[in-house]
Amino acid sequence: MTETTFFTVPVAVGILSSAVRLATPYLFAAVGEAIAQSSGVLNLGVDGIMLLGAYASFFVMLSTGSLYLSVLAAMGVGLAMGLLMSLISVTLKAEQGISGIGLYMFGLGLSSLLFKVTVGTVKTVTGFPPVVIPILGDIPILGKILFQHSLPVYAAFLVVPLAWWFLDKTTWGLKIRAVGHNPAAADSLGVSVDCVRYASVCLGAVLAGLAGASLSLAMVNLFQENLTAGMGFIAVALVYFGGWRPAAIMGGALLFSFMNALQLWMQVLAVKIPSDIAVMLPYLLTIAALALAPNLTRQPIALNKPFERGEH
Amino acid sequence: MPFHRADGTSQPHRRLTLDWKDVGFRVALPVLAMMFALLIGAAMLVLLKANAFHAYAALVAGVFGNVYGFTQSLVKATPLLLVGLGICISFRASVINIGGEGQIIAGALLATWFSLAFRTWPGWLLLPATMTMGFLGGAAWGFVPGILKARLNVNEILSTVMMNAIGIQLMNFLLRGPLIDPAGVRAGTFLPQSERLPEQVWLPRLVPQTLLHAGAIIAVVLAVAVYIFLWRTTIGYRIRAVGLNREASRYAGINVPIYQTLSLTLAGGFAGLAGVIEVIGVQHRLLEGITSGYGFSGIVAALFGGLHPLGAIPASWLFGSLLVGADKMQRAVQVPSALIDTVLGLVVMFVVGSALLSRRWVARRALAAPRNEGGQP
Repeated sequence: MTETTFFTVPVAVGILSSAVRLATPYLFAAVGEAIAQSSGVLNLGVDGIMLLGAYASFFVMLSTGSLYLSVLAAMGVGLAMGLLMSLISVTLKAEQGISGIGLYMFGLGLSSLLFKVTVGTVKTVTGFPPVVIPILGDIPILGKILFQHSLPVYAAFLVVPLAWWFLDKTTWGLKIRAVGHNPAAADSLGVSVDCVRYASVCLGAVLAGLAGASLSLAMVNLFQENLTAGMGFIAVALVYFGGWRPAAIMGGALLFSFMNALQLWMQVLAVKIPSDIAVMLPYLLTIAALALAPNLTRQPIALNKPFERGEH
Repeated sequence: MPFHRADGTSQPHRRLTLDWKDVGFRVALPVLAMMFALLIGAAMLVLLKANAFHAYAALVAGVFGNVYGFTQSLVKATPLLLVGLGICISFRASVINIGGEGQIIAGALLATWFSLAFRTWPGWLLLPATMTMGFLGGAAWGFVPGILKARLNVNEILSTVMMNAIGIQLMNFLLRGPLIDPAGVRAGTFLPQSERLPEQVWLPRLVPQTLLHAGAIIAVVLAVAVYIFLWRTTIGYRIRAVGLNREASRYAGINVPIYQTLSLTLAGGFAGLAGVIEVIGVQHRLLEGITSGYGFSGIVAALFGGLHPLGAIPASWLFGSLLVGADKMQRAVQVPSALIDTVLGLVVMFVVGSALLSRRWVARRALAAPRNEGGQP
C-alpha cells in the first residue's frame, strides 16, 4: 500500500466518520467532568465510573435485551458512584486527586469482579443500530461523516450545547460556577456549597456512566476487563485542554479521536509505521496540548480545594 | 511518632517524649479504614454467595500457612515499598504522581537493554550499573511531567497518566521488535518478552525454593535512607516545605518549581528501581505484565503508611500479603481476586476520607493543650 492510495476520498470519509463516532464516550465523560470541575471538585475517578457504567449497561442488555433499561442502569450506577465520590471529597473533604484514584481502583476492581462472576467469557450484544437522519444523511460526503451514526453519538453532540447553556445561561449554572470560583462568597449569599457540589459531581458521574454505556453499546458491543483502558483520564485531560468550555472540549475530543481514527486506519491499510508507535500519537498530542493549552484563566479557582466554613 | 509534629517547634527536647495517644490515633485511623473496607468486602462476598469467613480465612492461610506464601508476600511487598517511597517524596511536595506504572516500565526497559548490551561486564560492575539505569529510566519518566509542571504549569496528574500510556506502548513496541527474545523468534513463538538477562545481574535468592530475593532488603534500607533524606537534610526539608505551603516557601526563597520537579524525578526513579528489581529479582527477563498494577497499589501502600517512608514498610507488606492472599482466596471460594482490588480502592477512599477526623483531632488537642507549651510562657 503506497501513500498515494492512502489519501483517497473514501478513506478520508472513513477516517472522519470514525473520528466523529470515537469522540462519543469522550464527549459524555469530559462534559460531565467539566460540570463537576466547574463546582470545584476534581473527579479523577471518571474511568472507574465509565467501566462500571459500561459493565452495567452491557449486563442489563445481555439479560433483558432492552436498550432503555441498559442506559438507565448505566445512569444509576453513575449516580451511585457520584454519591460515593461526593461523600468522600465533599462531606469528608478528602484530597480530591487521591480519592478519585481510589474511586477509579474501586470501579476497575468491581467491574472486573462482577464481569468474571456474572458473564465470564467474551460475549457480544446487539447495541444501538445506526440511524440515518432523513435528508441530511443523504448529503454526499457530509452525510456519511455526520449523519449516519447511532443514537448515542447524536446524543453526545447534543450534550455539548446543552451543557454550555446549563453552565452559562441558567441560575443553576451560575451557582455551580460561583461555588467553583469563590465558595466562601457563594456560601455567604446563602448558596449551599456542599449541595451544589453534590449535584454537580453526581450529574458529571451520570454522564460518565452514559459514556461507559456508549462505549459498550454503541462502539464495541461487548465488555471486557478494563474496557476503557484509561479513556476516563483522557476525558479529564480534555477538560483542561478545553479550558472548561464545552465547545472547546468538543474540539479537543474531536482532535483526539481524529488522531485515533487516523492511527486505526493506518493499521487497517498497513501504512509502514509500527502500530505501537502510532497508538502513542494521541497521548503525545494530549501532553503537547496540555503544555500549550491556551487559556488557563477560566480554571475554577477553588478547583481541588475542599470547602470549610471559616477557612479562607 | 514525634517527627510528625516536631518540625519547626522551638523545643527540640520534646522529640524524646512519645505522645502515645497521638501515635495510637494515627495508627488506629488507617486500621479502622482498612477494617471498614474489608467489612464491605465481606458484604460483597456474601452477595456473591460465598462464605466470607472461609474466604478471609483462606486469604490469611495463603500468607501465613506456609513458607512459600509468606516469602511471596515479601516479594510482592518489595515493588510496592519502592514505588511507595517515591510516592512519599512526591506527595510530601504536594505533587501527585499517578505515573508509577509508566515509570516502572521505563526503568525496567532501560535496565533490561543495558544489561543485555553490556552482558560481558563482570557482575560487580554490571549489577550496580543496571540498577542505576533502572533508576535513571524511571527518573526520566518522572522528570518530563515534573519539568512540564514547573515550566508550563501542566497538571502533573494528567501528564503522568499520559506518560503511563506512552510507556506501555513503548514496551509493547520494544518487546515485539528490538528487545524480543531471539530464541522465541527462532522457535517461531514470537513471545513478547526479552532475552534472559545475564546471570551476574540476578539478585541472590534469600530463601531456597522461593522467589524471595535481595531486593526486599534493598527496599527496606532505601526506606530508612528516604526517611533520613526527607527529615534530616536541607533538600528534604525544602521538599516538605513546598508541599506544606507553596507560597510561604516561595517567600522564604525556596525555588518551588525546582523542588517540584526534583520530587517527581525522584519518585520516578524509585518506581524505576522497582521495575529493574522486579526484572533482576523475580523473572530475570522483561515480561509484558511487569507492573502488575504496582504503580497504583504503591500509592495505596504509601497513603496507608501515612506518607512516611518507615510507615510504608509495614503498609506495603500488608498490601503484599493481601495480593498474595487474594489468589489463594480465589482458589478456595471461587471469588475472583479482583475483589481485593475493589477493597484496595475503598481503602484509599476511606484513608483520605478520614483525614478530616485527623485534622479535627489535632485542632482539638491544640486547643486543649496548656497555653505555655508553645515556648511563650
